[in-house]
Amino acid sequence: MASFLVRRLAQAVVVTVGVTLIVFVLIHLLPGGPARAILGPRATPAAIAHFNAVNDYNRSIPVQYALYLWRLVHGNLGYSYHYNATVAALLASNVPKSALLVGLAYALALVVAVPLGIYQAIRRNKAGDYVVTVFSFVGYAMPTFWVGMLLILGFAITWPFLPSEAPQGSSVGAILSQPQGLVLPVVTLAFVNFAMFSRFMRSSTIENLVQDYVRTARAKGVPPSRILLRHLLRNALSPIISMIGLSLPVVLSGAVVTETVFNYPGMGLLFWTAALKQDYPLMMGFTIVTAVATVVGSLVADLLYAVVDPRVRLG
Amino acid sequence: MASPLATVVGPGSQPDGLVVEGSSGASRGLWRLALGAFLENRLALVGVVVILGMVLFCFVGPHLYHTDQVHTNLIDANLSPGPGHPLGTDDVGYDVLGRLMVGGQVSLEVGLGAALLSSVVGAAWGAAAGFAGGALDSVLMRVVDSIYAIPPILLVLLMGSMFAPRTWMFIVVISVVSWVPTARLVRGESLSIRVREYVDASRSMGARGGWTVLRHVIPNVIGTIIVQTTLQVANAILLLATLSYLGLGPPPPSTSWGGMLSGGLTYIYDGYWWQVYPAGIAIVVTVIAFSFVGDAARDAFDVRLQRR
Repeated sequence: MASFLVRRLAQAVVVTVGVTLIVFVLIHLLPGGPARAILGPRATPAAIAHFNAVNDYNRSIPVQYALYLWRLVHGNLGYSYHYNATVAALLASNVPKSALLVGLAYALALVVAVPLGIYQAIRRNKAGDYVVTVFSFVGYAMPTFWVGMLLILGFAITWPFLPSEAPQGSSVGAILSQPQGLVLPVVTLAFVNFAMFSRFMRSSTIENLVQDYVRTARAKGVPPSRILLRHLLRNALSPIISMIGLSLPVVLSGAVVTETVFNYPGMGLLFWTAALKQDYPLMMGFTIVTAVATVVGSLVADLLYAVVDPRVRLG
Repeated sequence: MASPLATVVGPGSQPDGLVVEGSSGASRGLWRLALGAFLENRLALVGVVVILGMVLFCFVGPHLYHTDQVHTNLIDANLSPGPGHPLGTDDVGYDVLGRLMVGGQVSLEVGLGAALLSSVVGAAWGAAAGFAGGALDSVLMRVVDSIYAIPPILLVLLMGSMFAPRTWMFIVVISVVSWVPTARLVRGESLSIRVREYVDASRSMGARGGWTVLRHVIPNVIGTIIVQTTLQVANAILLLATLSYLGLGPPPPSTSWGGMLSGGLTYIYDGYWWQVYPAGIAIVVTVIAFSFVGDAARDAFDVRLQRR
């Protein structure tokens, strides 16, 4: 366990450095360099030279990378030219709001997908199974922005009982004070995961239904509902923990789109604005933070999996 | 992250533990088995028919149904479906049916191109890592982990906003994020293949690393690669649609299904349903078709393994 932890932590550090390297290379792939991107195509050579000197872009590449890392470990993620604020400050205000959205969406997806997946496994190849299968395939195949727009059309325009826009609060508390505005964004983002989780839960349950322990329980006369809840659920559910960790990048991608559709004031919306305004420091900063979240998330998922399922040897 | 789940292999996880037997000698029979299992799957056949239909529609259709997809015509903008325009016109007067064909060309080209490119790169990378082992394996896989750790949309947006929006550029940009799963799966299988007797035998006869990878590793993981390629087409089409929605898709007069869909959604409150549903349904149907084929291919190769 200890050696596993050390090795995984070391890997996490290496991966994080790898991410910074990728991001750094991307900065330097910019046509004309960051100065051109920030100062615009009509900047004078003198202005560009001045910008490069001020921001150390005239130093050698390895020195620049070292400087970049140095600033990074000191929490200096750069400066957003569009918002005229430090990336760290923007992060601090927006990441918690996105975490709320993503967390609620995960919870909703699990609450719906787990029972449905089990139901599908029990009613395998019957009408109910097919209906849910079609639903989850369509859910997977629909672009997230379309799902969001359809929900707005249905539940905010045609039957207007939910707001079409997400709550516009500057903090998590302010957003939670208008819970009805959270419904549609959360449902939209949950769609991203729902298809994946229900398919996974279905195959996981089917695999467990034919295990010896289920047959033994049945032979002993344990009622089917008890077999399901006490014996099968835990076994079928535990692999989904690692699934949650692994799906984080995809869900964060979905969050960017969902926040854009509903004007949800989270980091996804900020990132998109940054992309449109060519605000590279902001894009880079967010990329690094989400990457770190993913690395940590998958590490935590692996550890949790070992706690829930004692058969798993971490090695 | 490389999976540390040593003893329990979860159900949706990939068939690392499955042993792929034999190589070239018996492969024709094995291929036939896989093909047989594939053809038994009715959903897969539906998928193949839909895909072929879509390809014909997009690439042959414009030769039969002539529309101007370059010049805008504001007099005929937002016409509802009727004579002359079976699916109506969009906000700048393009015929929607004809636009569905040219947009579909871009979506399918990017989908197939990105899937093929990412499979080739992913398979080569994974096979090299799994086969080499040791330090090279660690280095190669940490690169994979790093790219995996960045949410695909962020990476694609980042690159999409840096490069000119051309079809081949979309293929490259989407491939950068989608070769990673393939590399992981192929590496996992290569790890188990490289310790097999026939690899030892081949090596004892003087085979070099590159030969072994080409002759023994790749043929044995081809099933995984085919499955991944199919599923990646679906992913790439969806990713391109998202890019279009975020304003980084193919610029006019070119378009993609995603571009048509997000353009149409601008007028969703005006009731111009013909600008939304044809493109949206084209995406959904095509993505589901590729998913059916991918799932069936996975089952088919599983059958091949089980019947051994």
